[in-house]
Amino acid sequence: MTHGAIDAVWRIESARLIAGIARIVRDVGVAEELAHDALVAALEQWPLSGVPANPGAWLMATAKHRAIDLLRRNARLERKHEELGRAIETQVAPDLDAALDDDIGDDLLRLVFVACHPVLSKDARVALTLRLLGGLTTAEIARAFLVPEPTIAQRIVRAKRTLAEARVPFEVPRAGELAARLSSVLEVIYLVFNEGYSATAGADWMRPALCEDALRLGRIVAELVPNEPEVHGLVALMEIQASRARARVDASGEPVLLLEQNRARWDHLLIRRGVAALARAEKLGGGLGPYALQAAIATCHARALRAGETDWARIAALYDALAQLTPSPIVELNRGVAFAMAFGPAAGLEIVDALTSEPAVQNYHLLPSVRGDLLAKLGRRDEARAEFERAAALTHNARERKLLLERARVAAPGAV
Amino acid sequence: MRFMMIVKANPDSEAGVLPSGELIDAMGKFNEEMVKAGVMLDGEGLQPSSKGARVRFSGKKVTVIDGPFTESKELIAGYWIVQVKSKEEAIEWASRCPPPHGDAESEIEIRQVFETADFAEVASPEALAREEELREQLRGKSHG
Repeated sequence: MTHGAIDAVWRIESARLIAGIARIVRDVGVAEELAHDALVAALEQWPLSGVPANPGAWLMATAKHRAIDLLRRNARLERKHEELGRAIETQVAPDLDAALDDDIGDDLLRLVFVACHPVLSKDARVALTLRLLGGLTTAEIARAFLVPEPTIAQRIVRAKRTLAEARVPFEVPRAGELAARLSSVLEVIYLVFNEGYSATAGADWMRPALCEDALRLGRIVAELVPNEPEVHGLVALMEIQASRARARVDASGEPVLLLEQNRARWDHLLIRRGVAALARAEKLGGGLGPYALQAAIATCHARALRAGETDWARIAALYDALAQLTPSPIVELNRGVAFAMAFGPAAGLEIVDALTSEPAVQNYHLLPSVRGDLLAKLGRRDEARAEFERAAALTHNARERKLLLERARVAAPGAV
Repeated sequence: MRFMMIVKANPDSEAGVLPSGELIDAMGKFNEEMVKAGVMLDGEGLQPSSKGARVRFSGKKVTVIDGPFTESKELIAGYWIVQVKSKEEAIEWASRCPPPHGDAESEIEIRQVFETADFAEVASPEALAREEELREQLRGKSHG
């Protein structure tokens, strides 16, 4: 029995374990500690006694005993302080057993909602979700987000304290709150995915492990709330974006734009999964939400065997829908690109030009990058060069900057 | 990282004996567990080798050999593709599988799938450039 094997059991069982115990102790911080104690016990005992036939049940039983001990200790203290009757202790244990026999999926869902609770900052939600649901260690989270380990450790400790102090109940939100709370969950998962998909700083273009963590979380949540179309929309979006991972950089690590990617290198298993997830979202009805719309757009690209076969008119229509649902300068920018592809660069430039006075995108490198591209297509080379240079100055990604400066050089009047 | 978990064939599976209803149920539950955990990407059962064939290369010479093939332990009866964090995790999942051939002996082989990063040092920029050139030609043909 190696530590690697125990780590593997932990990876599979930890979220369910923490969720099951959190229902008893009503505090995810305490639940995680108890689950961790059970892991330590396993690390001590399994190498000697061998792995039990059902390691998950062993961990749960061990953590549960500790949880009950803790509750009894607290109850005794309370009784001493308040001189309550004997009734408490005799009532506690049977209820706990019954509680543990309930569907573990419910507990897991409660844990998802608590880890992504709006009382926490976005950073805290991300760290706590990866820790409690993804089974990542503090060190792994720190490495993935390029921050020092103590920063993440502190963030997690604070998050747990915040949840305890705010007395956040361990429950699935009521129907009225559900939509908003679910969208916080999806946002956290997509943040993790994007952190992995395009690093915001440093020389690394991708950190694929985070994408896999986000996909795994998304797939888990999709099975926990199978009737929520947007969960499937998000999963579809991530599957299809991930399908392009190996075509997004060339052998020397340079980024390759979507339309220039070798489509044979796309991962067709992930595309198939993405298309299936989108179909699940569509089948549930009620119109496509923002994630499903983005997934539908991504699917248009995935379906085209060659870039030239892309159904740009459909993509433009999907962007129209997205712009109505979640208007933002970023969506407008993409809508501009789609219109340029569907109806010519002038049609796209009209949309993109309207954005140049938009304060939110003044420092966003893709705006001048897209404008530069459209201007170049219209033969306005001087303006195009200036835009590419501006974009290069704005990006924080070293490889992208190189790519933009090269485009500026090519666009310059007289260049070949 | 991804692993293929390969169920080896046995004389029964090669004879086309269908698994018991009990085993089908147990497999369904196992699959469901892997789907709920977000690790199962794909999985299929395979028909006996009598319905398959082998295409054998000897240099440039190609020979087709129809099934069935005799060495059933070396044949494949089904597979899953799982996306997990480590080989140990793949082993842990495989260990949770109901015995694939019921009471008879059975084996699941675990193999890691190549990822792009594994090829990074192998594929030279020249090789990729050649690939690009080839694509250009194909494009030219289909348009011309």
